[in-house]
Amino acid sequence: MESFPRGKTAIVGAATFGIGEAPGFTAIDIAVHATVKALAQAGLKPSDADGLFICLPDDFLSGLTFAQYLGIHPKITDNNRTGGSAFMTHVMWATLALEAGLCDVAVVAYGSVQRTATGGLQSAARTDPIEGPYRPRLPVAAYALSAARHMHEYGTTSEQLAEVAIAAREWAKLNPDAFARGNLTIDDVLSARRVSDPLGVRDCCLVTDGAAAIVMTRADRARDLCKTPVHVLGAAAATFHMAISAMPDLTVTAASESGPRAFAQAGYRPKDMDVVELYDAFTINPVLFLEDLGFCPKGEGGRFVGDGKLRPGGGLAMNTNGGGLSCVHPGMYGLFPIVEAVEQIMGLAGDRQVKGAKLGLAHGNGGFLSSQATVILGAPETV
Amino acid sequence: MSDRYADMPHPIKDFTGYLSQGKFMLQRSRESGNYIFHPRVAEPLTGCTDLEWVEASGMGTVYSTTTIRVKAPAADYNLALIDLAEGPRMMSRVDDVAPDAVTIGMKVKARIVEEDGKPLVVFSPI
Repeated sequence: MESFPRGKTAIVGAATFGIGEAPGFTAIDIAVHATVKALAQAGLKPSDADGLFICLPDDFLSGLTFAQYLGIHPKITDNNRTGGSAFMTHVMWATLALEAGLCDVAVVAYGSVQRTATGGLQSAARTDPIEGPYRPRLPVAAYALSAARHMHEYGTTSEQLAEVAIAAREWAKLNPDAFARGNLTIDDVLSARRVSDPLGVRDCCLVTDGAAAIVMTRADRARDLCKTPVHVLGAAAATFHMAISAMPDLTVTAASESGPRAFAQAGYRPKDMDVVELYDAFTINPVLFLEDLGFCPKGEGGRFVGDGKLRPGGGLAMNTNGGGLSCVHPGMYGLFPIVEAVEQIMGLAGDRQVKGAKLGLAHGNGGFLSSQATVILGAPETV
Repeated sequence: MSDRYADMPHPIKDFTGYLSQGKFMLQRSRESGNYIFHPRVAEPLTGCTDLEWVEASGMGTVYSTTTIRVKAPAADYNLALIDLAEGPRMMSRVDDVAPDAVTIGMKVKARIVEEDGKPLVVFSPI
């Protein structure tokens, strides 16, 4: 019998640093910048943190490096790396650890200088000896195979996928931190350079620098640390595979398990969410996740997003920071949807603020649609 | 050096060894009869280690396909997921047809080609 400590912990600080380009820094430099910013929001310092959850792209032992950098001796040092979903999983474990009293102040952090560092794309995924010779251009080819199958089974169109990119751009225009804020039309997306059919370069996320951090405490303490603690109402993860060839059905992700479990923990339904922050590495991702998380029936995702409802004012406030497609995508994007949901619920989102946002969902994706994790967050009155 | 495990299957080594002999082999559990690919030491879920090598029929159906677009003068190429007649799915490529003329549901047959000095299973439309 699962008993998630619903509402017993809360996020009291959430920050980003170096979104876009942060030349001259290392990944951990900007992760620490985001961390001290998030801690300061709650009146805390690194010495107050005793639980660290981190996953850097260029350091497999980054938990240790992070502890050293902050100069602390944490009780919990978690290096979990399930890809871009790792950070939602970090929130899940941090919740349980805080509730059990194993730590009192948990920091979840990430940083990457993927764009300005030399050496090209950094990936923790190894080359498979059986599949490497086919030269799969990963990750995009894996997502293209999923998109092609979704189109085949459900009639999803490139125009519908393009609408995901347009909506992200329209939200990014409202976010001064977003990296890509120029005009973008459906035609621009459709006529952009093809990368891996049916996906073109505008169906793909940005490659940027960027860091993010959140700070979590138990709910009783959170009340004293910030004006609007953002409570963790549910957090659940599921893994289906690693290689795209091992994904049982290319149109059904593990979000079909993590989502319903997180909603059951939270006691809310998809329609209750005021903001929905989904990991949009490629335009097909939100289509799959909206279906798997229960915002629309399986197969309807293309038509669901195709009517413009994802644009600002369109009815479903999704990826309100501009997403990985137009705001920031530094190798792994998972912590940024959490920060955005927190800023929305705290009412700090400026021009892109969704009025009265109280409930938010942040969903992460890791590998090649492989690992999925869902977090449901709420203002104090939603607990 | 004595090899205590000489009699056991060595998944990747055996698979590539058979390929270089011109054989596209799958594993099958003697107990469950299930076919397994990628090569591994134990059957998923059951953990059965009674795996034997059997030659694949080579028959398959395209489950999904993409054309990977590259800068000229290099040529665009196909990447596909093939559902093998025996059950497992594998990543491969469909040759003998334009990369973007490969369609989901297309019936294909395997053959072994040499690429970069190594044997590789690719497929052709039937």
